[in-house]
Amino acid sequence: MSKEKKMRLSLPEEELMNSGHVGCQGCGATLAMRYVLKALGKKVVLCIPACCWSVIDGPFPYSSLDVPIFHCAFETAAVSASGVKAGLEMVGDKETTVVAWAGDGGTFDIGIQALSGVAERNDDILYVCYDNEAYMNTGIQRSSATPYGAWTTTTPVKHYKNRPKKDIDAIMAAHRIPYIATASIGYPEDLFKKAKKAKEIKGTRFIHIYAPCPSGWKSRSEHTVKLARMVVQNGMFPVYEIEWGEKYTLNIKIKEKKPIIDYLKLQGRFRHLTDKEIALMQEEVYHKWKRLLECMNGNT
Amino acid sequence: MKKVMMGNHALSYGAMLGRAQVIAAYPITPQTQVVELLSEMCADKTLDATFIKVESEHSAMAASIGASLAGARTFTATSAQGLALMHELLHWASGGRNPVVMGDINRSMAPGWSIWSDQNDSLSQRDTGWIQFYCANNQEVLDTVIQAFKVSEKLFIPSMVILDAFTLSHTYEVVDIPEQKKVDEFLPPFRPEIKLTPDDPHAFGGLTSPEHYFELRYKLQKDMEKVEALIEETGKEYEKMFGRYMGLAEEYRCDDADLIFITSGTMGSTAKVAVDELRKEGVKAGNLRMKVFRPFPFETVRNIAKKAKKIAVVDRNISYGHHGMFFQEVKSAVFGQNDGIPIFGFITGLGGRDITPSTFREIAQYAQERDEPEENIVWIGVKR
Repeated sequence: MSKEKKMRLSLPEEELMNSGHVGCQGCGATLAMRYVLKALGKKVVLCIPACCWSVIDGPFPYSSLDVPIFHCAFETAAVSASGVKAGLEMVGDKETTVVAWAGDGGTFDIGIQALSGVAERNDDILYVCYDNEAYMNTGIQRSSATPYGAWTTTTPVKHYKNRPKKDIDAIMAAHRIPYIATASIGYPEDLFKKAKKAKEIKGTRFIHIYAPCPSGWKSRSEHTVKLARMVVQNGMFPVYEIEWGEKYTLNIKIKEKKPIIDYLKLQGRFRHLTDKEIALMQEEVYHKWKRLLECMNGNT
Repeated sequence: MKKVMMGNHALSYGAMLGRAQVIAAYPITPQTQVVELLSEMCADKTLDATFIKVESEHSAMAASIGASLAGARTFTATSAQGLALMHELLHWASGGRNPVVMGDINRSMAPGWSIWSDQNDSLSQRDTGWIQFYCANNQEVLDTVIQAFKVSEKLFIPSMVILDAFTLSHTYEVVDIPEQKKVDEFLPPFRPEIKLTPDDPHAFGGLTSPEHYFELRYKLQKDMEKVEALIEETGKEYEKMFGRYMGLAEEYRCDDADLIFITSGTMGSTAKVAVDELRKEGVKAGNLRMKVFRPFPFETVRNIAKKAKKIAVVDRNISYGHHGMFFQEVKSAVFGQNDGIPIFGFITGLGGRDITPSTFREIAQYAQERDEPEENIVWIGVKR
């Protein structure tokens, strides 16, 4: 008998997402769903507003997921989930995890009012935002999650986005909800662990997942996972948790942050930037990191 | 048990007796007492329901739809600007076939800010696929809420129970509160066959191609066409148990009438006073108070048109660039049936200006003095 080393899977084998979905090649949002559902299991209801995932799942009467979906109005993901949760509890189902699953536009922009209301009441839902940094489903228009410097169809290169990405995690922290986590599809085990942890917590839980979009970022589809790792390693998208709005934990520590230029160079959306502008963006990353470390030390 | 209560509380009692399981609402004058009483009922467990105190009416309807889809009986209430903010989701509730029941207090739309009654808020929502009930007294408000749950849940079409701001919402009247046991007998728990549950996963409301969408809307209309008969049937059942009949419209002294007012809401009871006065003076007047606006009771109106020599439709609303909205509907109902009959369209009482018996006397006088209307809108009580 050969002494083959048995490979151990770091994530469960069971899939709740099936082939037949209509995501683009290299779509980061599909990986986000796949990993999160592995963590949450079957006792789940998803509330999906207008976003890439409202299409990715497949058209009526098909669905690529083994869990039920309520396709809700664009600005209502969070509160639709609250309604579903209340409804399920009143008909005797107290177990099911109700998930609002929205893109960055539906979270940072049009859905923020309902999300804030839900968080303030601490309604018992899990809110997941998969962030591809623009309105990708409608064809790459800027959102308030679009980073500084990026091209989109509404921020053409002559007038690229000149405001920083909205700090949604700080906004959520200000609501003092029990659990907030950032995660990247480039680190599946970390994302899986966070989804699992969030499932066990009562109250409003918010997971912000970085999910590259080759079609919108003008990147190669095989670079999706690479970009999702680089963005963490260069400090642009730190991966951390916030409990009750105050206790910060950095989950992926980086000894030496890589320069952002290698990350930017892989994406057409940043192609127009000059060295000077890139240097400014690099400065901003250092500044934000410093600010985050201050939060880690309790200096919120 | 009889109790003196305001119209708003009649809505709350209706929701309580109907055993609403989820309530999601946002305060707006003149609706606030509806939700204040319901939150008290939820707090002291008179009503076993979850009350989601949302941050807007838009979210109130979104949460209501979610709860209804999960299989819970759901109630909310709003008014004017709040109803307008819900507009997108009114389509969502009917299109998704979620039988939410909602109270709407008829309040005029801003600007200028007005908290007083007219019907432009609810009538602006006429094409959203909701059943619309208009009430004239507090007893009717309570009875309608209970019956609305039954009608809505049978056909999976949401209902709006509508009452005038202040003239009903804040007016105290004696209301007979039916026994809970009997209401339970009349209205069994909401148990939809298909609902949002992990035990039987479905995707609701996903991308629907031209291959399927058309049929979904066809089905909604086909079910809407069943509503009239169902309201009558439900009304008879309710009458048998509680002694009061709702129906589609209330006829008052119409049988031998020459001039029939067509009214809705509280002005319908004012019209009855005017009818009595006019009759004393030898004018054969009658009144048809419409209780249901959507679906529009075409047959009821056609039958009235057969009885009368003239019809005076009184609208507390306006479709700018067209006419009063009940007037439009009445004309479309009678068209091709009894085209000889003159139908007069009056607009009055916008922004909560009082509608009194003398308003109706003025209307009657105008209609009596002319063989047919001189203009499509006859304004009553406007300062020109």
